[in-house]
Amino acid sequence: MVEKILDVTGLGVEVEGKRIIDGVEISLDAGETYVLFGPNGSGKTSLVNSIMGLPEYKVVSGKIVYDGVDVTRKPINERAKLGMRLAFQIPPEITGVKLLDILKICAGAGHKDALSKEQMNLVEKLKMVEFLERDINRGFSGGERKRAEVLQMLFMKPKLMLLDEPDSGVDVESLKLIGTLIQDYITETKASTLIITHQGQILDYIRARKSCVFMEKIVYCHANPKEILKSIQENGYDGCLGCTKRRWGL
Amino acid sequence: MSERRTLIDLPHKILETAMKAGMDSSEKSRSASYFHVDDRTVYSTINQMFEGRLEMMDVKEALRKYDWLIDYMWNAVKEDTDDVTRTVAKEYSGGYFIRILKGAEIDFPLQSCLMLSRKHMKQRIHNIIIAEEGSKARIISGCVTEKNVEGEHYGVSEFYVKKGASLNFTMIHNWDEKTFVRPRSAAIIEENASFVSNYICLQPVADLQMYPKAYCVGDNSRARFNNIIYSGGNSKISAGSLIDFTGVGSSGEIISRNIAKDSAQILAPGKLLGNNVKVKAHMECRGILLNNGASIGAVPELHARYKDVDMSHEAAIGKIADKEINYLMSRGLSRDEATSTIVRGFLDVDILGLPQNLREEVDRIVDSMIEGM
Repeated sequence: MVEKILDVTGLGVEVEGKRIIDGVEISLDAGETYVLFGPNGSGKTSLVNSIMGLPEYKVVSGKIVYDGVDVTRKPINERAKLGMRLAFQIPPEITGVKLLDILKICAGAGHKDALSKEQMNLVEKLKMVEFLERDINRGFSGGERKRAEVLQMLFMKPKLMLLDEPDSGVDVESLKLIGTLIQDYITETKASTLIITHQGQILDYIRARKSCVFMEKIVYCHANPKEILKSIQENGYDGCLGCTKRRWGL
Repeated sequence: MSERRTLIDLPHKILETAMKAGMDSSEKSRSASYFHVDDRTVYSTINQMFEGRLEMMDVKEALRKYDWLIDYMWNAVKEDTDDVTRTVAKEYSGGYFIRILKGAEIDFPLQSCLMLSRKHMKQRIHNIIIAEEGSKARIISGCVTEKNVEGEHYGVSEFYVKKGASLNFTMIHNWDEKTFVRPRSAAIIEENASFVSNYICLQPVADLQMYPKAYCVGDNSRARFNNIIYSGGNSKISAGSLIDFTGVGSSGEIISRNIAKDSAQILAPGKLLGNNVKVKAHMECRGILLNNGASIGAVPELHARYKDVDMSHEAAIGKIADKEINYLMSRGLSRDEATSTIVRGFLDVDILGLPQNLREEVDRIVDSMIEGM
């Protein structure tokens, strides 16, 4: 039997007293790449933020089991240390904290340590050398932010990657770079991946066999990513609402 | 006056205190060193490599040596400004006279240390700094108190930055919760000259009030104030700065970063005066409150008398944003580690434009403060 890296059952989440996720079931096998589709504002980001444990997302029911450990009540950093890592859709700017500082934190290195040759190689591949001494995300373009997020992700060597719209607001070149490097990492390490995408561009570079549509606070339909993508491209998410063939499992 | 040959000969306890304010006791990376303890200048020496390019001595000695120096006394700072200046005029025990000779480029910083070591000492200092035409230099000046010494420090500093000269002055304060501090500084900046004044205060102080002024009198002159303040306990700090732009095309910036905790009160007033055409000036004042009970006031003021100026300011005060803490925690830091990382970044010494070796020392001072946070 394949081990599960992530098993979310009956998850209900509130933000400021308002229910935003209502009874979600999602599970990922170890080594699997799973795609979460959904229209804007459907709660996809809330779902991964809840899985990561951001405190404003209050779990009111259900549980999140990661790699056999119930992490539902664990703080963010403990989940991170277990190997679950999140690339933010909209990462914050932090005054005076440089990209280089964050990379060292991601790698678990000390403040005064230098980057290794291998790490520097990644920085170069993602074309972020000239950003190392800049305040994180300050004045970065959409593509630069995503490249910085993916760079941090690769420094963290995660077992489970939560990628929140790595393809939104990104120029074509950055998209290719990001997509290719993520797939290389998956191939090399057999890491598990949960990718949120609105329109699926990243799937030109990342191979995934399973996906779902997340809508109306719940998982609406499970299907093959190609199938869902085709349906969304033809009928939009409105088409999903009118669909009579909603599927509950693959 | 100077019976000692090197700084190392000074008592170990004194040197250790001085190092907290950025003094390099080996003097290897310094072009000149000056040391004033309580009411006495105990040391003043120029690194041989720089002889003939700069002068550093006690100001009283300099006044005896140069009759023209009297014209620089109470010129940038007016003697009857307030009780502090009037008291210093009457009672000063010395201070440093620094002169960077015409065209000299001094690669190593000059260093000075003003120390309070005797209980109830009322230190009165008058410093004069002249950067002659086309010269270039950096000064690091530390002011320190030995632990638990009640005292008072009044210090007048007058800076004269001549045509085309460039002067970077970094002042590090390391006082005690029983020290009462009143610096009074002003700089006159001539044509195409540039003056940077960095101020770093990371330790509690009883009461500190200062409002240094830069007068950009020359065309295309430039001035910049960077203030980095972290304060706790019952500290009361008012640290502002003013730049008066009277030269055509003069420009400048005031950057103020303040962190307050416990019951500390920090007030950061800033004033930019656009008194000629093509003036370009900006002010940034940011504050972080680590708890309720502390207070920060940002009071930015802009005044312009010509339509052809470009002046702006931004000010923001608040707590450390949760989303910044969560972000760093998602990278593996604990909440406390995330907080200190943000504080460290906020007190960003990169803005000071320091050379590598000075930067490392200021970094060390920030690190030790954060470790004790």
